[in-house]
Amino acid sequence: MTYATVPDTHPPAPRGWYKRNQIAITPFLFLAPAILFFAVYVIIPIGQSFWISLHEWDGLGEAEWVGTANYERLLGIGEQNMDRKFETSFWNNIKWLILYLLAIPAGLFIALFLNQTVRGIRVYKSLFFFPFVISQVVVGLVFSWFYLPREGLLNALIGVFGFGPVNILGDPSMATYGIIAAGLWPQTAYCMILYLTGLNAVDPEQVEAARLDGAKGWRMLWYVILPQLKPATFIAFVVTIIGALRSFDLISVMTNGGPFGSTRVLSFYMFEESLSEFGFRMGYGAAIAVILFFIMLAFIVYFLWSMYQDEKGAR
Amino acid sequence: MTLQKTSAWVALGVSSLLAGAAFAESHGAALSGDLKIISDMSNPAPRAVMEGMVADFQEMHPDLNIDLTIVDREAWKTQIRNALGANPPDVVNWYAANRMLPYVNAGLFADVSDLWAEPEFEALASTKDAMTIDGAQWGVPYTYYQWGVYYRKDIYEELGLSEPATWEEEKANCQAILDSGRKCYTIGTKFLWTAGGWFDYLNSRTNGYDFHMELARGEIPWTDERVRQTFANWRELIDMGAFIDDHQTYSWQEAVPFMVNGEAAAYLMGNFSVAAFRDGGLTDDQLDFYQFPKIAEDVDYAEDAPTDTFHIASGAQNMEAAKAFLRFVVSEENQTKINAGDALGQLPVNANSEIGEDKFLQEGFDMLSNNASGGIMQFFDRDFPAEMASVGMEGLQEFMVFPDNLDDILARLEDARARIYE
Repeated sequence: MTYATVPDTHPPAPRGWYKRNQIAITPFLFLAPAILFFAVYVIIPIGQSFWISLHEWDGLGEAEWVGTANYERLLGIGEQNMDRKFETSFWNNIKWLILYLLAIPAGLFIALFLNQTVRGIRVYKSLFFFPFVISQVVVGLVFSWFYLPREGLLNALIGVFGFGPVNILGDPSMATYGIIAAGLWPQTAYCMILYLTGLNAVDPEQVEAARLDGAKGWRMLWYVILPQLKPATFIAFVVTIIGALRSFDLISVMTNGGPFGSTRVLSFYMFEESLSEFGFRMGYGAAIAVILFFIMLAFIVYFLWSMYQDEKGAR
Repeated sequence: MTLQKTSAWVALGVSSLLAGAAFAESHGAALSGDLKIISDMSNPAPRAVMEGMVADFQEMHPDLNIDLTIVDREAWKTQIRNALGANPPDVVNWYAANRMLPYVNAGLFADVSDLWAEPEFEALASTKDAMTIDGAQWGVPYTYYQWGVYYRKDIYEELGLSEPATWEEEKANCQAILDSGRKCYTIGTKFLWTAGGWFDYLNSRTNGYDFHMELARGEIPWTDERVRQTFANWRELIDMGAFIDDHQTYSWQEAVPFMVNGEAAAYLMGNFSVAAFRDGGLTDDQLDFYQFPKIAEDVDYAEDAPTDTFHIASGAQNMEAAKAFLRFVVSEENQTKINAGDALGQLPVNANSEIGEDKFLQEGFDMLSNNASGGIMQFFDRDFPAEMASVGMEGLQEFMVFPDNLDDILARLEDARARIYE
């Protein structure tokens, strides 16, 4: 007896390696372009900054290895004093960080005020949002005219009340605050928009329920509305902190770091040392950038951590 | 492609052989290939001059393919590093003295000593020092301009004052101007360098040119008693209230209206400011110029006269054409043409060229050639190394606003000096 073996003309097609691992691999394929760009334009330059900060380099010739000398000079380790320009820049950064946060309550206040159903409210909303749309350079120019010591609008205004002329941007003790005030203008608009969208998501039933329980005014705001605005507050906090640490363009436009360097912040000082007209200290500038990076990193780690906690809680 | 390139090189080789013979009678050596020029002459008048120069040069060398890029003057100060580094052009604009030092040290400018050895270059002798580093020359000058005190002649006449020749007269004039309810000098120090001009003059008039240059080379401590004397002289004017208020908020252009409106009587500035005064509506009857007066009797006049220059990048692809362009730039006729009152309105570097008709050019040239026996300074930010200049000018600005901080400022500058010149 012989069996005729009928050849199987339709063998199951061997599944390719990709097919077999499709589910595991596809996310990485989608991520790959982003990871590549992030590495080339963010991660590698950060590493390079670290590397350059250990050298003395004029940006043109050979770099000379100096180890941690740049950091020692900046922070005043050893016998030398702390670099005074660095000190000024650091404290100005702190001032920016703290005062810039005023944009959050101010934005909330304006958002609450604008969150009404009145005829033409969209026009008012757009007007309040307008400062965020115009470029920081224009904001800087407008405010420097506003502050001008003789012909500026500010002096005309306080002149009405009998106060003498002030030169905000020419006075080392006031200039930084003057610039921060200018920066708050667009930043408040930004926070306002975040809160307006947040207010759209407030649950009307909860508000109704609270009202039946007799809550109104501040208590309503504090116990019912604000907790529901927490996501908006978090985002506002993130963008404001990062905005404060990145402050550069307003300073460059309004005072160019002056008078006598009193309005420098770390990012501006870094630019001055390494890239500006007289800047030939790439290593030193890189060291400043690295320190600024660590300050930012502290905040970023905190943000990521609290986001992670939220995600965990939601699961 | 390769073939074309080779033949171009052969052609160049031949033409440069011919050039040696042909140059004496004309600039007619046939040049070919590409010539890439990056210029910072971006303001309207200089831009027209630059474009005119390239057009003229193009006419002389029809086979040459000239590629001219004009970059904003301020932007060029930070762009030049990148421009010279990767894929360098052939010819660039820059400045003389210490401002070119980083590029010379990094080997980014080509040595053009062979050009300076040519007989035609003897006419440029006055600026040779400013172009020399380590015994070689690294570029050619195309223009320079005097600094001095520009003043409102009508206000001086109204108050019965005359141009001061000594420090005492200067201060007496200033007091009279202050008594009439005006300020003596306008100045805008927002971008710092204007204060450097005042320091150059006060220091060189108090201690002399040699002392000033030793200070620039880092050989003298900032805490030196003689430097303090310079600041003491400056302080006399500050304490009188001679300078306009809030000058730290204004750029030099923003300080011009004070003089145009008659709120301030004079401006220590470079000759480029004349255009701004005239645009502001001052006529030549109202505007005049005097040399910064003597302070110490036995010290010769030294003058600020910054020189603007052309350089060849060491990575230039068409060295022959680049050198021919530099020869053309400094030639007698071209210098006359580009510096004329209706072009740049500045002074030609070539001694055989003609000075423009303008009264300020004539006066300035006369001052620099006959009455500057002390020496010619390039300017604070070109004589001092870049880092020292930036730290220094910030200190000068602070001194002008808070003269009481002098000790602290000088200690800071001295600290910087110890680090920068090591």
